Amino acid sequence: MSGHSNYVPKSAFGRWFERRLPIMGLIHSSFVVFPNPRNLNYYWTFGGILAFMLVSQILTGVVLAMHYAANVDLAFNSVEQIMRDVNYGWMLRYLHANGASMFFVAVYVHIGRGLYYGSYKEPREVLWILGVIIFLLMMATAFMGYVLPWGQMSFWGATVITNLFSALPGVGETIVTYLWGGYSVGNSTLNRFFSLHYLLPFMIFGVVALHVWALHVPGSNNPAGIEKKTDKDTLPFHPYFTIKDAFALVCFVIFFSWFTFYIPNYLGHADNYIEANPAVTPAHIVPEWYFLPFYAILRAVPDKLLGVLAMFGSIAILVFLPWLDTSKVRSGAYRPAFRVFFWMFIANAIVLGWLGAKPPEGLYVIASRLCTAYYFAYFIVILPLLGKIERTLPVPASIAEAVLGPSGSGSAMAAGAASSPNSQG
Amino acid sequence: MKRFKVIAAAILVSGFMGGAVLADGGHDTPLPPKNDWTFAGPFGTFDKTQLQRGFKVYREVCSSCHSMGLVSFRNLAQPGGPGFTEGQVKALAASYKVKDGPNDAGEMFERDGRAADRWPSPFPNKQAAAAANGGAIPPDFSVIAKARSYSRGFPLFLVDMFTQYQEHGVDYITALLQGYSDDTHGVEVPAGKYYNTFYPGNVIAMPKPLNDGQVEYPKGADGRPQAPETVAQYSKDVSAFLMWAAEPKLEQRKETGFRVILFLIVLAGLFYFTKKKIWSRVEGHH
Repeated sequence: MSGHSNYVPKSAFGRWFERRLPIMGLIHSSFVVFPNPRNLNYYWTFGGILAFMLVSQILTGVVLAMHYAANVDLAFNSVEQIMRDVNYGWMLRYLHANGASMFFVAVYVHIGRGLYYGSYKEPREVLWILGVIIFLLMMATAFMGYVLPWGQMSFWGATVITNLFSALPGVGETIVTYLWGGYSVGNSTLNRFFSLHYLLPFMIFGVVALHVWALHVPGSNNPAGIEKKTDKDTLPFHPYFTIKDAFALVCFVIFFSWFTFYIPNYLGHADNYIEANPAVTPAHIVPEWYFLPFYAILRAVPDKLLGVLAMFGSIAILVFLPWLDTSKVRSGAYRPAFRVFFWMFIANAIVLGWLGAKPPEGLYVIASRLCTAYYFAYFIVILPLLGKIERTLPVPASIAEAVLGPSGSGSAMAAGAASSPNSQG
Repeated sequence: MKRFKVIAAAILVSGFMGGAVLADGGHDTPLPPKNDWTFAGPFGTFDKTQLQRGFKVYREVCSSCHSMGLVSFRNLAQPGGPGFTEGQVKALAASYKVKDGPNDAGEMFERDGRAADRWPSPFPNKQAAAAANGGAIPPDFSVIAKARSYSRGFPLFLVDMFTQYQEHGVDYITALLQGYSDDTHGVEVPAGKYYNTFYPGNVIAMPKPLNDGQVEYPKGADGRPQAPETVAQYSKDVSAFLMWAAEPKLEQRKETGFRVILFLIVLAGLFYFTKKKIWSRVEGHH
C-alpha cells in the first residue's frame, strides 16, 4: 500500500523488528499519514463501517458456532438454547442476525456512493470489481447463514434458491445435487452450508485486504471526482479521518443497537420461528429484505433459466460498469442529467425490493418487469449514451478549489495542517 | 438541499428494509386489535401477576394439548419472568411424573419432576398428538408468540420501526382466542373444524378453548378475583405468558439496550466535538 514510507520506530526493538518485518511502517503509511482527499463527505465513512461489521460478524459468529449444532434434529432447538441458556446468548444471536442486515445497509450505501460519485471509473476499475466480488461473497454467506436456524423460511428459502441452479442447461442438476449433498434439502445441506458459512467470511476478509490495497494505490475518490494533485488537496488519514470515521461508526452502531435491543425481529420473518417442516409449505416464501430486489428480477422473467440469468446478470453487470459509463466527468455532482437517472435508479431498486416481497401476480408482475427493464437500461443504455450527449457543469481545477473556492485554493492551510497534525488539541 | 437528500435517503432505505415485513399480506381477515402491553416499548417489563395468571390459564387449559418443550420448570423462577419462588417451582415440578432412565437395570422408570426438567408434553409423540386432534398437531408453545404475526401494511410497518411495535404475535393470539363465533359469515366450515374471525382462511382445527369463569384467578384482599375471569382477560394473560415463554430475556434485553444506547450517544457526542475541534484547524471545513 502506497504512502510515504519514512516511518522510523521510536524504540530500539521497534527498529530491530521493522528491519525484519516492516509491518508497522505499512500500517503507518496506510492508516496514519496516508493522504486522503480533504473533501470526503460522510458517505465515505461506510468503508470503515463495513470493516467493523465484518469483524463484528466474525466475532459473534465464532462464539455462536461454539453453541450451535448443525443437524436437522438439533439446529432449531440449539439456536433457542443459545437464546435462553447461554450467557448473553440472546445478545450474540440478535447482534449476528441484525448485524447481517446492517452489513447490507452499509454495503448498499457504499455501493450507492460509488455509483453516484463515479468511484468505479478509471483508475479504480480493479478496486470496483473486487468490491463486486465481496458483495457476491456477502450474499452467499448471508444466504447460507439464514438457513442455519432451520426454521420454515430457512428450509424453504434454501429449497427455492438452490433449485434455481437446476435451470442451467446440462450442469444444473449436478450443481444442485452437490449443493444439497443429496437429492433434497436435508442434513447434508445444513452441514455443508454451516461449513461454508464459516469459511466464506474469511474469504471476504482476504478480498477486503485486496480491496484496501487497490484503494491505496490511487487513493480514495472524492465528491469532486478529481484526483488529488498537491498536498493542499489532502489531509493525513490520522487524525482527520480516524476521528470522522469513529464518529460515523458510533452513530451507525446506535442505529444497529436500536434494532438489536428493541426490535430484533423486525427484519426477520415470523415463520422462521417455526421449525423446518418439509411437509408444510409456507403461504409465501420470501427471502431476507436485502435480496428482495434481485428476487423481484428473478420472478419478473417468465422463463426460469432467463430469470436466473437476469438475476445473476443484475450483479454481474456491475463488473462492466467502468466501461459502460462513457462520461469524462466522474462525479454526479457535476452531471445534472445523470443525477435524475441516478435517483430514479435508486427509487427503482427500492420499488423492486417492495415488489420482491409481493406475490408474483397481476400488476406486481407487470411492475416488476418495468423496473427490471429500467435496472438494466440504466447500465446498458442510459450510462453509455448519457456520457456522450449530456452537458456537464464545470469541474473545479483542484480538490482545494472545490472546498475553498477559486480564491482560497492558494491557501496553504491544508498543507500546514498536514505537516503538524498534532499541533493542537 | 443537503439535509433534504439525507432525509430522502433515510426514507428510501427504511422503505426498502421494511419491504420484508410486507411479505405475508393477502388474506381477508381483519387486523387484530392492538392491546396495551406492559412489556411493549423501550422500558417494557412483564407484569408478574399477569404472567402468573397466564401461566395458570396455560397449565389448566392449553397444556392439555399444547407442549412447551423449550421451557423448564426452573425458568418460572428466573428473574424477568413470572416470579415464582424456587420452593413453588420445586413443588410444582414434583407434582408431575417424568419418565427417566434407563437405570442400572436397563429399565425406564417414572420419578417426580425436578426444577431442571422441561415442561412435560401432553402427548408422547407427534403421531399421538395428531391422532388425538383430528389429524392436526397442536403447535408447541415455546416460541409461538414470535412465530405468529400479521402484516400491518404500508405505511404502518414503517412507523413500527420507530415506535418499536413488536407485539404482532401476542395481539394476534389474543384476538384469535376471542375470535370464535357461531356465525360463520358464509364460510363453509367442515365437520370437526371451527370458524375463527382472525385465523387465516377462517377455518381452524382448534375448538373454542376458553369460556368465561373457566379458570379461577387468585383472590385479592377484598375476596374478589385480581382480574376479571373472562375470555378477554384470559386471552390477554395467556398471551403475555406466551410472550415471556418465547422471549424470557426480554427485560434484560431492553434494559441492556437502554444502557448501550445511552453510552453510545454520549460517546458519539464526544467524538463529534473532538472531530469539530480537529477539523477546525483546516480552512473551509466546520
